[in-house]
Amino acid sequence: MTPITIASIKPKNRIRETGVDRVFTIVNYTVLTIFLVLIIYPLIFVMSSSLSDGSAVISGRVILWPVNFSTLAYEKVFSYPRIWSGYGNSLFYAVVGTLVNVTMTLLAAFPLSRRDLFGKNIFLALFLFTMFFNGGLIPTYLLVRDLGLRNTQWALIIPQALSVWNLLIAITFVRTSIPHELLEASQLDGCSDFNYFVRILLPLSTPLIAVLSLFYAIGHWNQFFAALLYLTNKDLFPLQIILRDILISSNVDLSMVEDIKIMAAREALRELLKYALIVVASVPVLIIYPFAQRYFVKGIMLGSVKG
Amino acid sequence: MATVTTSIARPRPQTQAGVGQRITTAWKQIRHSWQLYVLLALPLAWLLVFAYYPMYGAQIAFRDFLPGKAILASEWVGLANFERFFASPMFERLIKNTLVLSVYSLVVGFPIPILLALSLNQLQTGLFKRTVQMVSYAPYFISTVVMVGMLLQFLDLRRGPVNLIVQALGGTPVLFMGSAELFPSIYVWSGVWQYTGFSTIIYLAALTTIDPALHEAAVVDGANRLQRMWHIDLPGILPVMVTLFILNMGQMLNIGFEKTYLMQNELNLATSEVISTYVYKTGLAGGVANFSYAAAIGLFNSVIGLILLVSANWASQRVTQKSLF
Repeated sequence: MTPITIASIKPKNRIRETGVDRVFTIVNYTVLTIFLVLIIYPLIFVMSSSLSDGSAVISGRVILWPVNFSTLAYEKVFSYPRIWSGYGNSLFYAVVGTLVNVTMTLLAAFPLSRRDLFGKNIFLALFLFTMFFNGGLIPTYLLVRDLGLRNTQWALIIPQALSVWNLLIAITFVRTSIPHELLEASQLDGCSDFNYFVRILLPLSTPLIAVLSLFYAIGHWNQFFAALLYLTNKDLFPLQIILRDILISSNVDLSMVEDIKIMAAREALRELLKYALIVVASVPVLIIYPFAQRYFVKGIMLGSVKG
Repeated sequence: MATVTTSIARPRPQTQAGVGQRITTAWKQIRHSWQLYVLLALPLAWLLVFAYYPMYGAQIAFRDFLPGKAILASEWVGLANFERFFASPMFERLIKNTLVLSVYSLVVGFPIPILLALSLNQLQTGLFKRTVQMVSYAPYFISTVVMVGMLLQFLDLRRGPVNLIVQALGGTPVLFMGSAELFPSIYVWSGVWQYTGFSTIIYLAALTTIDPALHEAAVVDGANRLQRMWHIDLPGILPVMVTLFILNMGQMLNIGFEKTYLMQNELNLATSEVISTYVYKTGLAGGVANFSYAAAIGLFNSVIGLILLVSANWASQRVTQKSLF
């Protein structure tokens, strides 16, 4: 009895692919192509505008590719000190925050993934419940304030030290990807739980650590709300707050463009700067994205197993 | 597996600490794996402080809390803060705006990723499929601030490309961002642009678990692609759909603060003020910090969210025999 596989059906299928199926395939490709264009066009437009001449941008002459190619906007953006301080701060929050996040997640995930842990269900329930209910913004704010974390870098790191969603991903990973026999074998050899955690589990969890780091790092990089809540000291502002000031509140510091005397040129440059800023702010994420993509997909799948 | 272990372990108990290893009582079990509890201690302590203490602190919603005073030292006022909220003219507006945004998001944002996943699933693995996936995930990584910044650029009254096109076609420019009427649509459809691709991942993963034999049998029986999609693919991802739908229900009132807040301006406030932004404004951003009142609104929001989640779960249990918990 030879099993019928897709491959063995295909030639026949192709002949039979008339009427409904052919129309379906054509419609499917058309719809997906339109979708692709809709998603990618705004991204290309931002990129091209940032590399064009200011007057071309505000008069709408940029359609797909840069017009009168110029890197003036980038020169201006990088000559703005607040951008650099924002970049530095965001980098700090992303690196230190992610380090704390990953450590906390792994510390919790290992014991919680052990089926023989007494009280495991209670602990898990305690973590899970916080996904669906929370004390709210004000009590959290008051807590952070009372702990003296306001206007410190820790305000953006400690209150978000753990995400339960990522913890679930980690628990699922440990349960499904690390063979249970390893634990039994090492226990037979007298390996303690600490030793097992450090010497066996951690080295085997590199894909997990990659997934977690990426999720957390992107979260920190894009974080805006916590900084808005807890920081008033400008020296601590992450990039997103500075971006908000420029892109949304339109508070372009005129010292940034002081050498430009003419109003129209200044306005054109202002628009140009915004496009360049969008690119500059998204570059770190976009650079790691192609490498990270498969890890993200993997992470989502791990998360979906648990539900 | 466990029986194998014990049968191996039994012949050589001398390698282990003693006979008392085969433990039945809870205390001994805890002592045996004390190292696990040590590992768990820090995350658990963090959870109690940063997730559970605020729940305890939420009682200021029932008190007249003044900054600088201890929570328990503040006067107990019962439901006064809630009554004030229900009676205020903002109540109806906040609930309406919040529901409009979440129902609109759900109606549009829930089926589109499913359709996209089903449609992508029909393609053979190749350059086109990979390109669509890669490109469609990308907007997910853009920060909310940049997303709103892009909206402002694109929809600008005088210089935005959208209005330039409108003018080129002979129309009058539209004040997109300053329109209360258009706000929900801009909010929802920009969300579709940003999240649709990423949301398909979970459905595509579910689609890969469908037994190919089902499709093969259907092909033999003469089913066309559309029929196979309807009768095989869709039922195959139904459990995932139900799970995500329940989770979405729980988030019904939690309209993202960041995007709404950033998109707000004086002109669109009539439809853009939602519970989360109002809590922030009354509690923290206003001149007079009204902690108790804001906390009451926040708590109301959390409780309704929990009720919605539990009811969606219950309803789903009844209708589809599938539930989260």
